[in-house]
Amino acid sequence: MLSFLFRRLLTFLPTFFGVTVVSFAFIRLIPGDPILLLAGERGVSPERYKELSEQMGFDRPLWAQYLEYLGGLFQGDLGTSFVTKKPVVTEFFALFPATLELSICAILLAVALGIPAGVIAAVNRGKFFDQALMTTALIGYSMPIFWWALLLIIVFSSGLGWTPVSGRISLMYFFDTPTGFMLIDSLLSGQKGAFLSAVRHLILPTIVLATIPLAVIARQTRSAMLEVLGEDYVRTARAKGLAPLRVNGLHALRNAMIPVVTVIGLSVGTLLAGAILTETIFSWPGIGKWMVDSIFRRDYQVVQGGLLLIATIVMIVNLSVDVLYGFINPKIRKG
Amino acid sequence: MKRIPAIAAAVTAAALMGGAASASTLVYCSEGSPEGFDPALFTSGTTFDASAKNVYNRLVEFERGTTETIPGLAESWDVSEDGTEYTFKLRQGVKFQDTEYFTPTRDFNADDVIFTFERQRLDDHPFNKASGGTWEYFNGMSMPDLIAGIEKVDDYTVKFKLTRPEAPFVANLAMDFASIMSAEYADKLAADGKVEMLNQQPVGTGPFEMVGYQKDAVIRYQAHEDYFRGKAPIDNLVFAITPDASVRYQKLKAGECHVMPYPNPADLEAMKSDDQINLMSQEGLNVGYLAYNTKVAPFDKPEVRKALNMAINKDAIIDVIFQGAGKVAKNPIPPTIWSYNDAVEDDGYDVEAAKKALADAGVSDLSMKIWAMPVQRPYNPNARRMAELIQEDFSKVGVNVEIVSYEWGEYLSRSKEEDRDGAVLLGWTGDNGDPDNFLAVLLGCDGVGGSNRAQWCHQPFEDLIQKAKVTSDKAERTKLYEDAQVVFKEQAPWATIAHSVVFEPIAKSVQDYKIDPFGGHIFYGVSVSE
Repeated sequence: MLSFLFRRLLTFLPTFFGVTVVSFAFIRLIPGDPILLLAGERGVSPERYKELSEQMGFDRPLWAQYLEYLGGLFQGDLGTSFVTKKPVVTEFFALFPATLELSICAILLAVALGIPAGVIAAVNRGKFFDQALMTTALIGYSMPIFWWALLLIIVFSSGLGWTPVSGRISLMYFFDTPTGFMLIDSLLSGQKGAFLSAVRHLILPTIVLATIPLAVIARQTRSAMLEVLGEDYVRTARAKGLAPLRVNGLHALRNAMIPVVTVIGLSVGTLLAGAILTETIFSWPGIGKWMVDSIFRRDYQVVQGGLLLIATIVMIVNLSVDVLYGFINPKIRKG
Repeated sequence: MKRIPAIAAAVTAAALMGGAASASTLVYCSEGSPEGFDPALFTSGTTFDASAKNVYNRLVEFERGTTETIPGLAESWDVSEDGTEYTFKLRQGVKFQDTEYFTPTRDFNADDVIFTFERQRLDDHPFNKASGGTWEYFNGMSMPDLIAGIEKVDDYTVKFKLTRPEAPFVANLAMDFASIMSAEYADKLAADGKVEMLNQQPVGTGPFEMVGYQKDAVIRYQAHEDYFRGKAPIDNLVFAITPDASVRYQKLKAGECHVMPYPNPADLEAMKSDDQINLMSQEGLNVGYLAYNTKVAPFDKPEVRKALNMAINKDAIIDVIFQGAGKVAKNPIPPTIWSYNDAVEDDGYDVEAAKKALADAGVSDLSMKIWAMPVQRPYNPNARRMAELIQEDFSKVGVNVEIVSYEWGEYLSRSKEEDRDGAVLLGWTGDNGDPDNFLAVLLGCDGVGGSNRAQWCHQPFEDLIQKAKVTSDKAERTKLYEDAQVVFKEQAPWATIAHSVVFEPIAKSVQDYKIDPFGGHIFYGVSVSE
């Protein structure tokens, strides 16, 4: 197991450096000069432009800027936003818990509903439930997130008044957020009703963010199950007279899980991308909106630092998925 | 019916926050997070709303809802004969906010004024490089060239020496970047090695003091008890940060906020008919225009420019591009600015007259470029579509138009070039409500090759605006600017297209809210009925 982990870690390092190059180059490849964009219609004189370039370090060759960036990375310094003048790391970790909390809830919902739905659909292949479920999944997958979110808000928040329109907690609660996770902080605050308010605020964004991964997981589970259900050992298990629940739930599902776990792992990237829209609509203070704003402003340090942090997280999740494979299927661990 | 519990919740919130039984709270669904809380460091309206407009005061201020300047922290000021010395008498007994992070030991005085400006002006000031300050507005308004020195005459008198007479200087001091900071607080931060906190935990003299901030979520303020104009009618002010306009509208409908900025044009009809919402509107402090290059033939002839202006159907542009949230512009300054000359007659839309005028000027088979901005602006929400409409209008008078566009930064710099090919769509949003800020910046001879996109230097116009710049008497200045607008219209370096109309939906329970012509959101003087 250790050597397996070591092998995986070895591939992690070059990927990490690759990401530093790509994230550094990516934002600089988009046309647009941050100083001119900051000045807008007001403009900036050539002398002032030169002064600002020097101050922000844009006057030096790109390779020198890259090396400086890399040097900073080794000391844990991802640079400073030239819009807000705050360190990128500080901003990231102030906002990331909100994204993480929402993403965890969304993935839990997607898994909790998607896997059973896929299994039931596979077992009832071709029947009404299967077709209804797969059609719903297709609709869920193709739904424009923006439209879907607004529809939910209009029906459940403005119309029925069951859920709040946006935000993480009602404005009547006011407390410190030491962990950044509202569910935990609201409990810690000891304020009556705060936790419930945080839960109510999570409902709609979670549903919206979970929609696409839920559809993908359901479809993936179904197809993986169908494949496994046709295998000899399943037929043998049935022939032995095992209860259908035991056959489907234990024998078949365990083997069907490998592609499903892959999809769940890959969904993390999708979730972070989906978070951009979801966070904007629900005024959710996470990293999605922060990144988009920074791209528009050509806030180089934030974009490259943010991308690097997000990519690192996705890589860690994928590494964990690989390790998880090893538990589900020892052949991979030893191969 | 749902409105009542929500507002009741807000009132409960107020009670929790302020401790007073009858505390009232106003919730403003703001459009984004401020970049920081030191208004001199930034240029965005979102930042000014969260800082300058509600937390700070300036020596001179704009009367709420107008572009007129009134005394702020300065009680009065004198201008020397030659117009180069401004002496401000400061208000006494003004208290800074007493917050969780700072307790002031003295009242506002001349040291605070000196600190506010010197940190922006002097490279070797200890706070000059704090928070990566580039002092964009201070530089943008040419203050480093303009101010020769600032002198403390006594504790309550400050003298600004200028390098030249400049009447708009007083209006500059009313701008957000000139918000007065506490020198005592800055000294304390410097002693504690925490200078960057000046930008994160503001201390001002203004009507509201900051209580808490969570980026992209919420900013909380409470009324400053000792505010020199008297405590604000509301006890608590909350900015609920809500980036999406449709969601802001839903929150307003659900009673989760009282005031929202920047509604979607598509929602305006529904807002007008909503009996819970009061939809306020006012012309914005901006102008959108099409600037010909007056140095390149045939646009060097005023007759040609005027002929083309007559070919543009501006009403159609207002309907299609602004969806009604705009007003046809006839002058280069918006109607909310003093000295706006309403007697000026616009070049009316007349295809036949335009054709004839072009023929008379000897122009036929004209092909030209129109530059369309790649970004949305209040003065031009869709430049590409606007260019297409103008292209169609011009084709009716036999002018062939090619539409071009560039990335925004490049667009701004390329459109400055004196030998530029074609007419440029652009616009301007005013900074200080002074006509000089439009007429001199956009049409003065100094701006050729820069912010003067028409590359237009016309001596009779230049003489008028230069004279107005050094005249302190406002009535006299008004007359000069009115005349300048007449010259502008005769010469037509631009086709003036539109001023945006700003809409602000507010809950019916909100009283005495006024739209700020500068686009800010000011909550002092506003009350909420329960």
